[in-house]
Amino acid sequence: MAIEKIGRNPVEQDVYTDEMLLNMGPQHPSTHGVLRLLLRTDGEIVLEATPHIGYLHRCAEKIGEKVTARQFIPYTDRLDYLASMNMNLGWALAVEKLLGLEVSKKTQHLRVIMCELNRIASHLVAACTYGLDLGSFTPFVWAFREREKIVNLFESVCGARLTYSYLTVGGVTADLPNGWLGECEGFLDQFNRSVDELHALLTSNAIFIRRTAGIGVLSPEMAIAYGCTGPVLRGSGVDWDLRRDGDPWYTQMYDGYEFDIIAETNGRYPNYQDYPPIPSVAVLGDCWHRFYVRMLEVMQSIRIIRQAMDRYSSADGEVGGPVKIKEKLAKGQVYLETEAPKGQMGFMVVGNGTAIPWRTRIRSSSFCNLSVTSELCRGCLIGDMPAVVGSLDIVLGEIDR
Amino acid sequence: MAEYLSQYIPYWIAYALIGLIQAGLLLALMLVTVAVFTWVERKVSARIQDRLGPTRRGGRFGWLQPPADGIKLLLKEDLVPKNADAFFFRIAPYICFCTTLCVFMAIPFADGWVAERLNTGIFFVLAIAGLGVFGVVMAGYSSGSKWSLFGAMREATQVISYEVPMAMALVVPVMVAGTMDLVTIGNMQAGWFTNWFIFHDPFTFIVFWVYFTCAVASTNRAPFDLPEAESELVAGFMTEYSGFRWAIFFMAEYGSMLVVSCLAVILFFGAWNGPIPVTQFLGLTNDLHPIAGFAANLLGLANCLIKACICMTVIVWVRWSLPRLRIDQVMATCWKYCVPLAAAMLLGAMLWSYAFPAGLLFRNQAFGYASEKSDVMSDIKNGKVARAEKGGRQTWK
Repeated sequence: MAIEKIGRNPVEQDVYTDEMLLNMGPQHPSTHGVLRLLLRTDGEIVLEATPHIGYLHRCAEKIGEKVTARQFIPYTDRLDYLASMNMNLGWALAVEKLLGLEVSKKTQHLRVIMCELNRIASHLVAACTYGLDLGSFTPFVWAFREREKIVNLFESVCGARLTYSYLTVGGVTADLPNGWLGECEGFLDQFNRSVDELHALLTSNAIFIRRTAGIGVLSPEMAIAYGCTGPVLRGSGVDWDLRRDGDPWYTQMYDGYEFDIIAETNGRYPNYQDYPPIPSVAVLGDCWHRFYVRMLEVMQSIRIIRQAMDRYSSADGEVGGPVKIKEKLAKGQVYLETEAPKGQMGFMVVGNGTAIPWRTRIRSSSFCNLSVTSELCRGCLIGDMPAVVGSLDIVLGEIDR
Repeated sequence: MAEYLSQYIPYWIAYALIGLIQAGLLLALMLVTVAVFTWVERKVSARIQDRLGPTRRGGRFGWLQPPADGIKLLLKEDLVPKNADAFFFRIAPYICFCTTLCVFMAIPFADGWVAERLNTGIFFVLAIAGLGVFGVVMAGYSSGSKWSLFGAMREATQVISYEVPMAMALVVPVMVAGTMDLVTIGNMQAGWFTNWFIFHDPFTFIVFWVYFTCAVASTNRAPFDLPEAESELVAGFMTEYSGFRWAIFFMAEYGSMLVVSCLAVILFFGAWNGPIPVTQFLGLTNDLHPIAGFAANLLGLANCLIKACICMTVIVWVRWSLPRLRIDQVMATCWKYCVPLAAAMLLGAMLWSYAFPAGLLFRNQAFGYASEKSDVMSDIKNGKVARAEKGGRQTWK
């Protein structure tokens, strides 16, 4: 009997069975947006998975050539809509670098608070929609309960709950309202317990481990070759985070902050004794590790926010406001990558002396993370597809722009 | 009851009438329980998820939500997809539903309160419940969609695989009781809760958990609900069904949840006998007065239903707590874990009954049938076996 091993599952070759072409999406509950995955399967085993994107293309880069730099901020919101603050930050920093505009330290601390809070919110969505894909309904609702508190904080700051347009070129649109820091601290104080509940329901859950450990193993070399970044890269063991290793224009924001980069070094994660242990069946680079990296990053973000709040309170000076809307951009080109929750987001601005950019280019982290899907899915079962795609944490707004 | 009436009206009218009344009662029982349980599921799942659940239909607790849902589903467009095989598409839900409903004919809710007292009760229940898979496969195949076909194939594999350890697990209490007759099994557990079969020996205790796992799997509830996996196959074999056809599938699923819960209660948790033998303490038996016997049976019915509802609530609880197993993991759980475990427990229970025929610690000589074992020869001698009478009717004394 001819048996060929594709991936982990032996496939019997002498019984002729037709291959099935299955379409997963674009409307599908578990493909995180309008993504179409064309699967060529032999029964339950996936032979090839081709992602088809473009269903959410909204010509963001073209629009960037028609509006001024400050008017483009709301469009950056809609890229990774779950982490709008980080998208705003990336664009604002790129334009500020082109203009040579340094913002005050107080503004930088405020930006750190906002970006890290949004990182927590984005990872909560990622982790718990992942659980939802795998059939675990409850952590989803619990995580959204916590996210509700974060979104309420953001609402009191800028009035919006999802697409904030808060961090803009030159600073922020408005300073914090009175009492906001106290509310934020209150939220952080009760958040640890929720994370423990999520660990109990997901990270340490035997069924969740069976569904994610050893599935979709991404080697560090393949991750780097495909341009994967963020938790996908760090889940494969590569110690690379732009908040420490990136462009100085970006890392100066995180100067002096104490936090760990969550990547497995020598078989251990930083402060591993505080978190659930790694199961023996988990392989570095599999879905479980990517999920674990996100959960641990949430804890690190809490650390950063507490430090940032202290520094913000003790910093002198004013929080910078936005520049004039028709501020002329210098001639030249700037490309700046920042560490967004889903990976490295790159923004390129080409200025030509007028207020409107000559060219804007957005390098999407999820686009490169998604490109590794067809490699990872070869030989897995159809039931593993949501597990793999969910662990890459893609958002189509970013991919299609 | 039917013989009583047949003194006044021709026997076949009496039997038909009584049959209709019993069918109506069973239908009412099952459908009302199913409707209440849709409400319970929504409320329990909501509370587990830190939210409220239905609060608008019927006051603060939303107890009118099930009828509201039913009316809404009735008013929906009746859709048969173009690629579907129309005849099988239409008939599939009814096969699922009717097989589940037929099972209730053999399930007793109190002493003697069973539509048809079969001395092969368990066998009948398992056989008819297993026919439900036809409806599922028909639904998936005739929907004309690859995703539905996938769901149907997974469902068929899962259900027929889990019937094996389920049957093996159910053989253990049957062996402890010595009879397949569900009424006798219920009566044997009269008295204190220590008479319940689950406490009879450690093997029966473990085999209850095997049965529970297999029951949850065979009714396609999470964590084994891959055939209906929302995140993967939209709704599996039910994808193309809308409106009332879907409601029939839904009722069939909850009905089979009720079936496995009732079986668990009857075989393991003492059926209609409460933890404390209240009816015996109060002296409510048929010897006192027929009304007293009726009251005792009514209490038993309530007892049985409450225990079945607790079992169903646990099933709901498990659904909303755990992620879903992949289909090959579901199969591995069945064949690599449940079947050997059930077989080992069967062997252990057999040896236990051989070593301790009168029970070890907990079998107390309480009231009624505490340690009576059904023995066909003694039944015949005592005149408890059905005799063929004129017209071939069976009578049970």
